[in-house]
Amino acid sequence: MNNTEQVKLSLKKRYAREKRFQWYGKIAVWIGFVFLATLLLDITLKALPAFQKTEIQLQVPIDWETLGLQPDTRIDPESLRTVDFGGVLKKSLREVFPDVKKRKDKKLLYRLISSGAEYQLRDLILSEPELIQQGKISLWVTADDDVDTFYKLKKSTSRIKPKQAEMIQQLMDQGKIRTRFNDTFFQNSDSREPEQAGIRGALVGSFWTLLVTLVISLPIGIGAAVYLEEFAPKNKLTDIIEVNINNLAAVPSIVFGLLGLAVFINFFGMPRSAPLVGGIVLSLMTLPTIIISARAAIKSVPPSIKEAALGLGASHMQTVFHHVLPLAMPGILTGAIIGMAQALGETAPLLMIGMVAFIVDVPGGILDSATVLPVQIYLWADSPERAFTALTAAAILVLLAFLVTMNAIAIYLRKQFERRW
Amino acid sequence: MKHLVLATAISCSLISLQAQAAGRDTINIVGSSTVYPFATVVAEKFGKKSGHKTPKIESTGSGGGMKLFCAGAGLNTPDITNASRAIKSSEYKKCMKNGVTDITEIQIGYDGIAFANSKKAPQFKLSRKDMFLALAKQVPDPKGGHKLIENPYQTWNQVNPSLPNYKIEVLGPPPTSGTRDAFAELAMEGGCKKVDWIKAMKKKDKKKYKSICHTVREDGAYIEAGENDNLIVQKLESNPKAMGIFGFSFLEQNDDYVQGSIVEGEAPEFETIADGSYPISRPLFFYVKNAHKKAIPGMQDYLVEFTSEAAFGDEGYLIDKGLIPLSKADRAAMRKRVKNSEKLKM
Repeated sequence: MNNTEQVKLSLKKRYAREKRFQWYGKIAVWIGFVFLATLLLDITLKALPAFQKTEIQLQVPIDWETLGLQPDTRIDPESLRTVDFGGVLKKSLREVFPDVKKRKDKKLLYRLISSGAEYQLRDLILSEPELIQQGKISLWVTADDDVDTFYKLKKSTSRIKPKQAEMIQQLMDQGKIRTRFNDTFFQNSDSREPEQAGIRGALVGSFWTLLVTLVISLPIGIGAAVYLEEFAPKNKLTDIIEVNINNLAAVPSIVFGLLGLAVFINFFGMPRSAPLVGGIVLSLMTLPTIIISARAAIKSVPPSIKEAALGLGASHMQTVFHHVLPLAMPGILTGAIIGMAQALGETAPLLMIGMVAFIVDVPGGILDSATVLPVQIYLWADSPERAFTALTAAAILVLLAFLVTMNAIAIYLRKQFERRW
Repeated sequence: MKHLVLATAISCSLISLQAQAAGRDTINIVGSSTVYPFATVVAEKFGKKSGHKTPKIESTGSGGGMKLFCAGAGLNTPDITNASRAIKSSEYKKCMKNGVTDITEIQIGYDGIAFANSKKAPQFKLSRKDMFLALAKQVPDPKGGHKLIENPYQTWNQVNPSLPNYKIEVLGPPPTSGTRDAFAELAMEGGCKKVDWIKAMKKKDKKKYKSICHTVREDGAYIEAGENDNLIVQKLESNPKAMGIFGFSFLEQNDDYVQGSIVEGEAPEFETIADGSYPISRPLFFYVKNAHKKAIPGMQDYLVEFTSEAAFGDEGYLIDKGLIPLSKADRAAMRKRVKNSEKLKM
């Protein structure tokens, strides 16, 4: 057997090997794709109920007498404080179901509507006091979360008593129950009642936290990268710094949280749970990402451009700021956006500095107590009420939407402004 | 250059922060994750009703909460800490040492711990001793004698012939959880004590007694499912042969999927936990730093709201959330404590 024959014989085997290898690759891609698709589908399906809310129509009497106020009282939060809006709503519920007489059944009846409905009525009267002149209004109030789950899934749960199911059936027959787009989810902050809970507080909290992170990590990151890449002498010290920046990028994020607790809160006395501390901690985490990507971007600017600038008499600093940095900017920004996206999805370091908390008020600045989107997801996932499962999934979708948007911007910047030499 | 200016501006604003952090108008609450679902409901009601800011509540666990609470008397420390157990004397001493001398203890009710499985499987009827034998790392030798052996039991009917022939598989919280502490203390130790010679050990060698009674087996029969009780419920649903350990409020919210086991003749129900006949239940507390009452607006109102009949009374809104109420007399006593800011003495 000569060489050619040997090669010919092994040829089939080699082709087969290559085919097999390609198949392994395809299978790997497919497995990854199936995982991702299952995850997304599961979350989306679970989240769908959260984007709808159930409402019940009531005829609410709101004349001066029922409210217990003197006619023509000035309507402001102070004068409405004493008004028993819950009682007013209970009265209108009894009007819908006149045959409910027993105390126990009445209690079940009152549980059809959300405990937040009375504040809904109060806020309505606060914003439109002239409604009182009408004497009676027709109002769609938010239903209780158990009713909501029952009505949406059309499935009996043990949380709904048979008596209540009858009542809901009656409401359905009269067309007094409906589902609407759940705007509460985007307008409200955290609540222990699923039907009143929303993500606004967490979104604003994420915004403040990321703002602090951006303001701190971008200038410091770019500054460090420019110095290390363009000005720093190449010696042992800069080598050590370089190695350590790479190491820092691999440090588990919880460590930064511990650092934040020890240094910023305990030593500097900054407030717990504030976006300021959260932002500083997250910027420590994103700094290495930004420095590394910025250095890579600066390095990829061709030396010929620098040399041309220097040759025309520009100083080193002028060369860097007038030519190198503008050309490297798309790469730097891409790195920064990816770093920010990482920071947006982070919870572990925030656990240590008190941002995992029940906070209802929307934070007005970087010093107010706040929580962030992933933390909100974590808190809801841990709540006993069934309806929070849907809210958790919906919040995950919102977070994913932001992450995808940020990454898309990064890709756009890279495609649009990247120059190839 | 611009960046340098920016960086300087930031560091300047950081320094000025310390002054601003001193005054605050929100109540800061920390502590137990078991009390968290109740405290948050009260906080939310209080925020909507009173016009004060809604209190901020962190879920740090009972131990973590005490640590923060006792760290000092200044306004940068929490005002209230929730706990799913009474304050320990070591914690009390630490509080005293750090100047937190005026504390009021308020008990808010009880919490039951459910030992539950899927409704697709038969309901378990067992005793605390069965739980101890099934879950302890070391158990008394079944052949007799005062000897401990590595837990040999693999199925429930080996532990107690009346139980089904299921592999022992229990999903429960990790050691950092208060629920786990309470389970070890109330269920496992409760069963452990039934063995006379181990009970006798309590007086002689308390440390060894505790380690026998509280140590959970590590051969895979007990699965740490994380702090998330919802996850345990979901896993029970998909695996009908497994058992789960979680708080009563989760059992109540999911009683169409899971059922609580009958422990020593008592089912985990509202009434049996309230009158103390269900053996695995524990009291829930919060502790108030009275010195902060003057500085923090609305703090007293929050306490009044929490201890009102509308909240922790027999038909209050906390009861809807799964809290087991105190007796009427105890509730009145708690209200008196709040009113007079009664000082805790140990």
